[in-house]
Amino acid sequence: MNAEPDLRRIAEVGPLIRDGRLSPVELVRHCLAQIDSRPEINAFITRTGDRALEEARALDAEIRAGRYRGPLHGIPIAVKDLIDVAGTPTTSGSAVPARHPTTDAPSVVTLRAAGAIIVGKTNLHEFAFGTTSEESAFGPVRNPYDVSRSAGGSSGGSAAALAAGMCFGALGTDTGGSIRIPSAACGTVGLKPTLDEISCEGVVPLSTTCDHLGPMARSVADVALLYQVLKGAAPAPPQRSNEKLRFGVPRPYFCDRLDSGTRDALDRATAALRAAGHSVEDVEIAHAARTPDVYLHIVLPEASQYHAPALERFAANYCPGVRVRLEMGRYVLAEDYVRAMRLRTMLTAAVDRALANLDALFLPALPIAAPPLGASTVDLGGSPEPVRAAMLRLTQLFNLTGHPSIALPCSQTIDPLPRGIQLVGQRLATERLLEIGATVEVELTEITG
Amino acid sequence: MTTRVDAWLAAAIDDAERRGLPELKPLLEALARSTAALRAADEATSSAPGDTHER
Repeated sequence: MNAEPDLRRIAEVGPLIRDGRLSPVELVRHCLAQIDSRPEINAFITRTGDRALEEARALDAEIRAGRYRGPLHGIPIAVKDLIDVAGTPTTSGSAVPARHPTTDAPSVVTLRAAGAIIVGKTNLHEFAFGTTSEESAFGPVRNPYDVSRSAGGSSGGSAAALAAGMCFGALGTDTGGSIRIPSAACGTVGLKPTLDEISCEGVVPLSTTCDHLGPMARSVADVALLYQVLKGAAPAPPQRSNEKLRFGVPRPYFCDRLDSGTRDALDRATAALRAAGHSVEDVEIAHAARTPDVYLHIVLPEASQYHAPALERFAANYCPGVRVRLEMGRYVLAEDYVRAMRLRTMLTAAVDRALANLDALFLPALPIAAPPLGASTVDLGGSPEPVRAAMLRLTQLFNLTGHPSIALPCSQTIDPLPRGIQLVGQRLATERLLEIGATVEVELTEITG
Repeated sequence: MTTRVDAWLAAAIDDAERRGLPELKPLLEALARSTAALRAADEATSSAPGDTHER
């Protein structure tokens, strides 16, 4: 981009494209150059540069002909390689034979119709069954802030691509935190909408009752634009209001074990919200400590059920860690799955109760910084914890309950690695959560400086 | 009749070893601890009057 090299947000470049001051071709070339300039990040499995440039030229011609599709016209987007894009293999980050779709997933159809340009398919934790994006047949995704560290997962390639300026928006999926965890690890923004709000058709499933599809970007406004398009609504920036908001921090369980940087980020964010006149109070979510047990007994058997045929035929093709988790799911008893589903209903009601007099829950998205690649445990509040359990700890509840949740960056003063704050809103009120997120983003920017 | 966790675990480990997957044993043991916790939580929150089934 010759004219405005610092522009990073859809909300900034969109008007320039609309006014003919920036060409989609130029924007796509910029993103492809960024992808090529940092191969060590390993964010992409498939780069669709030729097709992207062809589409950019056509969209450029539309602008010159006076046809403007809207704020995503000519915007380069990346798609997690778990989501079907016609003409490219859907590898799921695996050496298990890929599927070869001839049609786009509905989410991709919708984005393309709005003028978005797919620049490639992003790397991920194999079959979205992990939180670090290092178990991938295509090699680990590396964090742009520190390439010795994980980008988070499972949508690690999408978050890393955004952080490294390789695209302006991305699609991810989230079954236990797979949009919010990498967003927190890479300093980007990610939205898990309300359960079942956006179609998961054309997406390789992990857990059919916990899977969510959602947008990722570099600002709340950009995530909101993508979300509105995916919902089929007219895209418009979320409206910030001057109202004073009520936030609840669920301290028991969620804030018991945080690393020092995350605790500092939470404290600074809380202080910033209070300084802006919002109320922040402590709340409790009943039975929250049971979340990992409930989650395990639902996600494991659902994932194993889907993978059973491939496990029989292609067991050796799976990454070893993913394979053993899938095998483990075959042993969960039906009666325990039913118990877990009953407790899931109870947890959903508990989150509803916690939110009853609040605008949103406010908590970290990840209790630690991005962990070093290869680490099996991390220090969490002074004791070792398996990486996977630590990374899922703050996000997986809201996959069970279906409440919308957004992760956004929050600065801290302990180390140079990103941290993320998470907002959780009322079910089926994702638009409202985005409005709250836009307000919080501004307040947190004040402390970022 | 509820399957006891210890009986389930023994059968699962036997099956995994028969299938050539001994590396599953520690994971199944962790899953068994989680299953016991799940059942305890379910029992503590369940309203099943007169329920005398073994759990």
